[in-house]
Amino acid sequence: MSALAYALTALGGLGAAGLGLAGWLGHAWSVELLWLVPLAGLALRMDPLAGFFLFLVGATSVPASIYAIGYMRGARRGLGAYAVFLLGMAVVPLAANVPTFLIAWELMALASYALVLHDREDAAAVRAAWIYAVMTHAGLACLLAGMLLMFAWTGSLVFADWRAASATLDAPARNVVFVLLALGFASKAGMIPLHVWLPAAHPAAPSHVSALMSGVMIKLGVMGLLRAGMEWLGVGPPWWGVALLLAGALSALAGVLYAAVEGDLKRLLAFSSIDNVGIILIAAGAGMVFHAAGLETLAVFALAAGLYHTVNHAAFKALLFLGAGAVARGAGTRDLEAMGGLIKRMPWTAAAFLVGALAIAALPPLNGFVSEWLTFQALLQNGLIPRPELNLVFVLALAGLALTGGLAVACFVRAFGIAFLALPRSEGATNAHEAGPAMRAGMGLLVIACVGLALLPTVLLPRLGAAAARLLGDPAPALRHDLLTIAVSGDFATLSMPVVAGALTLGLALLPLLLRLARAPRAVRWSETWGCGRLLQTARMEYTAIAFASPLRRIFDFLYRAEKRLEVEAHPESRFFVRRMAYRNAPRALAEEWLYAPLLIALRAGADRVRAIQSGSANLYLIYVLAALLVLLVLA
Amino acid sequence: MTESGVGGPLVAAIAQALLVALAAPLLVGLVRTVKARLVGRRGPDPRQPYADLVKLLRKDPVVSTTTSWVFRFTPFVLVACMLVASTVVPVLVTRPALSFAGGIVLLMYLFMLGTFFLALAGLDSGSAFGGMGSSREVAVAALAEPTVMLAVFALALRTGTTNLGGVAERLGGEPAMAAHPGHLLAFLAFFIVMLAETGRLPVDNPATHLELTMIHEAMILEYSGPYLALIEWANAMKLFLFMTLLINLFVPWWIPAEAAGAGLFLGLLALAGKLVVLASALAVLETAMAKLRLFRVPELLAGSFALALLSVASVVLLK
Repeated sequence: MSALAYALTALGGLGAAGLGLAGWLGHAWSVELLWLVPLAGLALRMDPLAGFFLFLVGATSVPASIYAIGYMRGARRGLGAYAVFLLGMAVVPLAANVPTFLIAWELMALASYALVLHDREDAAAVRAAWIYAVMTHAGLACLLAGMLLMFAWTGSLVFADWRAASATLDAPARNVVFVLLALGFASKAGMIPLHVWLPAAHPAAPSHVSALMSGVMIKLGVMGLLRAGMEWLGVGPPWWGVALLLAGALSALAGVLYAAVEGDLKRLLAFSSIDNVGIILIAAGAGMVFHAAGLETLAVFALAAGLYHTVNHAAFKALLFLGAGAVARGAGTRDLEAMGGLIKRMPWTAAAFLVGALAIAALPPLNGFVSEWLTFQALLQNGLIPRPELNLVFVLALAGLALTGGLAVACFVRAFGIAFLALPRSEGATNAHEAGPAMRAGMGLLVIACVGLALLPTVLLPRLGAAAARLLGDPAPALRHDLLTIAVSGDFATLSMPVVAGALTLGLALLPLLLRLARAPRAVRWSETWGCGRLLQTARMEYTAIAFASPLRRIFDFLYRAEKRLEVEAHPESRFFVRRMAYRNAPRALAEEWLYAPLLIALRAGADRVRAIQSGSANLYLIYVLAALLVLLVLA
Repeated sequence: MTESGVGGPLVAAIAQALLVALAAPLLVGLVRTVKARLVGRRGPDPRQPYADLVKLLRKDPVVSTTTSWVFRFTPFVLVACMLVASTVVPVLVTRPALSFAGGIVLLMYLFMLGTFFLALAGLDSGSAFGGMGSSREVAVAALAEPTVMLAVFALALRTGTTNLGGVAERLGGEPAMAAHPGHLLAFLAFFIVMLAETGRLPVDNPATHLELTMIHEAMILEYSGPYLALIEWANAMKLFLFMTLLINLFVPWWIPAEAAGAGLFLGLLALAGKLVVLASALAVLETAMAKLRLFRVPELLAGSFALALLSVASVVLLK
């Protein structure tokens, strides 16, 4: 029964992907049902960008739904919320006016809230859902305020009217709207410091939902940022883009640094989503700055790079979350310290996770590398902007992106190596079982997607450029390409993924031959790992996840500010005989401590003050109503 | 790869990869010999690494039962990465065969691919040594790779291309371009990171097997026989490529544009001469310096990252 339902959602996803693809390639249409939604009616409109995001929603939901057939094992709970969640995400990119958008946006948020709350017995999940609900509604309030201001100033609830009308607005008004909309959308995208809900909520949901939340839902926040910053409000001042660029660099760095020391596999992936959204925001911000500087072709190029990373991240992050879910089911844990050796018990999942890890670490010849390469090239074109202070911002973003790339490798060596290699560290890992055929099929589809996205940039990039160009009014992108190679700005840079992949494959294929020629012995002698003469190797001798991250902890201590605690319970006779030892070294969450805690204190204090006017007397309340009415009349 | 078809570039690519693969062990041997002479030993013949590789190739490999296929796959990935990398770096001619395939970003991420697998292999054996080496190696690489990229970006922004061959061509054509603060800063950053990336003093000691200090050697402790030969060989190639890149980016003179005739011979001679000088300098440096404490290494790398950042900034600001 539930298998059938998930198969149906997969079919629906396939349909949405097809519809999105057609729209992305230029098949535009619009639908209006005036009676369905109050104020302005339901209005949907397809353009290439909407098509791209609809394709993303549909295409990612297919493997996630197939995976869910095996993962949910017939459980019906969460099925309705899942369907509503997918529907909401599919409508958001198409929404053409404010009521339609807000309803779809809220459907998506509420359904995902219900899915985060899937495990009601788990106190951590309940708390995560609570934080998520608060943050997502704070974001919604910002969006509502920004959109209603636009309505008040332009007199239209239809997004398409805003671009022309916003040209008549003065700069402060546009700035206010941009800040409000950007806050709302950035909180959905998980930009630091509005990310606090993300590492809590994404791991709590079932894994196929985590995959969609990280792979797709947060990207709709990015879509909102793009639309707000370039389409709805027209050409903005450079600082809009600069703000995104710097916030993106900060998110990328902090995200990957937190991911690199995280011990819970799904939380690690959630932190890494913050990192990847940061990379997308770097590209988007660069596009906005180029746009503001009048360099339209470069703007399109940077935006296309960002969109490329968007679809890449959807593929490999969904793959990794599905892999983590398979591990959680197979080994019964999400804790890295309790895993190990899973590559022997779960070979398929391990191979899929390895592909995802290589892709997300931006290593050639997989897809993450392509979009990071493009983002680097987009940032390097900043010399064409004749303003030193803007150039400096680009240099900082370049440094941030380069550092993020290096740290992502460290992060995913640890994630894969500790979880899948060497000896199992717990009972659950020792007796782990491989994922079933449906789950493997879901992961397999995403592996194919990662490889395909890596080999076909010459096909994809012009289409992404076309989608991005709609935001700015159709200039041609700054790149040439033949079937194999992409060239940026003439001879500035060229990339040929098929050649790279071919060369690596050729090298790998020739080497065994070479060894044969050198008459190297082909037999392998099996023995134990060398251990300085001790008799038996156990999992306790392996490096742990926390030890593996220790050099990074030391280097980036200024960010982690970890509270180190070591409790040693010694034998009463001699302190050299230790009975029990506990070590804690968790990084502190600075955003929570420095930003949200003072904010909450201020909020409580404010609420206490306001309580004074809440006397409970009906007469007093009538006076309030009268006073409010008078004030409004005077104002009007 | 524009007009001449696939045959020519393919031959050029294979020729250059072969050159790097065959010459790399000699460079390692040369550094060792010079180092030995500097401390008053006679030292081994510079050709010793070849003998070592042949010996290792003939031995039976012993593989730990704890390991998985990742452990046995890694040496092949590592060598394949270096072979592809050696067709991206301008070694003999300014435009190597795969110069168009992705430039400096591709090169650095190819090295990272090797590091990724090597670090996994270190963890795979389940010994504390391997994990320790992996953990340190990825931390060092995470700081070192971005530094190299930034340093080369500084040159790329001045020469208008991120294709390594293009950078060498422009700088070789106009030596006056090298007189720029960004250039000097980039050189310093690159040099420091080269030491870290190839596991030389003062970051790592290629001759030590003391667990408290080693990085790279700890990671490959479980390897033996042909597997070890492949890894040592890849390592030598990495050293060769890094040194060649340093030379050809910062002293880009007498590099022929095409692989033909007397120019090629002259270019080969120039490359060999420059490599001997740099290898001797490396040997002197390694003899004169002590290894840094492991926890001081990040400071060195952070310093070189800052230098690289400054060099890009100075290129952007002092146009």
